[in-house]
Amino acid sequence: MGEEEGLHQTQLLDTMFVRGLKRKCFDGEEDIEGTLAGIKAIPSYNLQRQSLLDMSLVKLQLCHMLVEPNLCRSVLIANTVRQIQEEMTQDGTWQMINTQSTGQTSLDRLVSTDILCRSSREQAEGKQVPGYSNFNKDFEDDQTQDSSETMSTASSVQAPRNLQSNVWEMENPQENRGNFQKSLDQIFETLENKSPNSVEDLFSEVDNSYYDLDTMLTGMMSNTKMGHCDGLETFSSPTTTTSNSNCKSDLNELDHIVEILVES
Amino acid sequence: MILIVSAKLGTASRDKGTAAQGGKGSFISAIPSDIISTVEFNHTGELLATGDKGGRVVIFQREPESKNEPYSQGEYNVYSTFQSHEPEFDYLKSLEIEEKINKIKWLPQQNAAHSLLSTNDKTIKLWKITERDKRPEGYNLKDEEGKLKDLSTVTSLQVPVLKPMDLMVEVTPRRIFANGHTYHVNSISVNSDCETYMSADDLRINLWHLAITDRSFNIVDIKPANMEDLTEVITASEFHPHHCNLFVYSSSKGSLRLCDMRASALCDKHSKLYEEPEDPSNRSFFSEIISSVSDVKFSHSGRYMLTRDYLTVKVWDLNMETKPVETYQVHDYLRSKLCSLYENDCIFDKFECAWNGSDSVIMTGAYNNFFRMFDRNTKRDVTLEASRESSKPRAILKPRRVCVGGKRRKDDISVDSLDFTKKILHTAWHPTENIIAIAATNNLYIFQDKVNSEMH
Repeated sequence: MGEEEGLHQTQLLDTMFVRGLKRKCFDGEEDIEGTLAGIKAIPSYNLQRQSLLDMSLVKLQLCHMLVEPNLCRSVLIANTVRQIQEEMTQDGTWQMINTQSTGQTSLDRLVSTDILCRSSREQAEGKQVPGYSNFNKDFEDDQTQDSSETMSTASSVQAPRNLQSNVWEMENPQENRGNFQKSLDQIFETLENKSPNSVEDLFSEVDNSYYDLDTMLTGMMSNTKMGHCDGLETFSSPTTTTSNSNCKSDLNELDHIVEILVES
Repeated sequence: MILIVSAKLGTASRDKGTAAQGGKGSFISAIPSDIISTVEFNHTGELLATGDKGGRVVIFQREPESKNEPYSQGEYNVYSTFQSHEPEFDYLKSLEIEEKINKIKWLPQQNAAHSLLSTNDKTIKLWKITERDKRPEGYNLKDEEGKLKDLSTVTSLQVPVLKPMDLMVEVTPRRIFANGHTYHVNSISVNSDCETYMSADDLRINLWHLAITDRSFNIVDIKPANMEDLTEVITASEFHPHHCNLFVYSSSKGSLRLCDMRASALCDKHSKLYEEPEDPSNRSFFSEIISSVSDVKFSHSGRYMLTRDYLTVKVWDLNMETKPVETYQVHDYLRSKLCSLYENDCIFDKFECAWNGSDSVIMTGAYNNFFRMFDRNTKRDVTLEASRESSKPRAILKPRRVCVGGKRRKDDISVDSLDFTKKILHTAWHPTENIIAIAATNNLYIFQDKVNSEMH
């Protein structure tokens, strides 16, 4: 099954990249030109896939820096990235590419994403390792499954947030993977502006993003208690409506907290 | 063939200058106007509203058919122009909130005034459009210019009389529904009960009462507890045209969910899930992206739904969840170009789709200023172009063809020479007649069927 799919995809990508179309794809990628310069024949499937991955990462970084990132576009690109990475993990090429001594190309790629990541990397420095280990655990779980299934399952990070040493960590340069996972994490984090500090604990029942806080504050000030309450309802029990008491106790707690924040 | 469109073309100008008094069938304006971001007919088709990237709304009105020219149907002329939304700044996130009008929806008319909802990314506004063609004259205390009279000069009382005046169209904001959305609003839909409406953003759908602005009820929330787990967003939503408890929303993964508001207050559990299994022979890294539904529209009958994804339009029967009943290829020749389209971001373009009044024909836009129509009964389709060169007034639109190699006829366009910057994302069909409005970047084209439409 996997082989057949691999063949189909190769044919598809070949069609894509033949007829000079590959130029349009790759022209903007300075780090790729070095790779392809010497290659006269059609680039291998792996290289095409790698360049697609790089292109996607660049897109994510760019939209990360834009004023108002389009969430739908970001999600679709992130899913594509995950899909590629999942496939590469299954092939074992993920490991191969990073341990090759012809690491010039790898390094070039590292550098380009590194530069792009830099501004946001400082922000999420603390989250690097936990996020990274989650990602690995996820792939370990999914390795035995069909790639079509893993498109959806790979995205759900279920591992607890703790350090796990595994084969990936030992054999691969952490930076590359860390960068990559950071990119994905940062997209959504920055969209949410999470603040990893003690305020998080206060809002443990509630989504702790700045923006939702803003909505709540605004809601408080303009008496949108109903909408406010509904927001809490969804956080505490996604599928059923919460009772009034649940809502009220949360509201009281939040009332208190918001009063403090507003007054200060 | 459905219609040989069109007998008459009205490219109405949408410049800033001409406000309430629209000119008569004016054509291309020299003043650059903004990119049109939404087009919507009202329930009778008498009015056509357009919203643009600059936050402006322009309403066109159909002139009544003139007796002098019995064969020419009414043209659409500018009726009113107003600034609906202004750019705002979100201080907490340090982000600008665009004033671009994402959607306009008309309310069913209940009195002499017309009402519509317009929304940008964050705020929905209810506008009331009224006409004034009479003015009271003969006040006792004020003179003609409105200045107070010297009371000693007033010797008798008179009753003010209404005198006719030039038609004035007044637009006033009646409600502002703000602070309901954290994410970008992509659709609004008025309920058939005419009392409520819903607004959907990327992750949530809210239900509002038209008269209440300080609260809304959240009916769908697909935001994961951890934003890093986010893999799917809401792309469009609409109320059922007849059943006020039913609505549908589409996702970026290509699924549709029909929800019943009677089932529970929070409609996270769908009543029906419409999803077509992926075709394994066509699978690629772009499969998910091109399956993302960009628009969903109920048929007028309420029996079917129309969805648009990147390469196809599909008709779904509400009673069948496993697959669509009809699938039409809009521009399958792009399938081999997905990588380039991904690189230049065109693959993320959100095309809309539309039904005709009798639900027998569906329409959607494409690139190169082409738009496509599919007749569900005859299974025939046509590609037409909305451009100044090919659309002289009263000319009949010539069908276009994209050739994919092989035999090339004269006037065919080859796939490689398609202009991907000229995209027709927004189209609308008159509720009862064969009149269509096509937004091509910053030009609006209105096409009408020939008078003798014996085709149907």
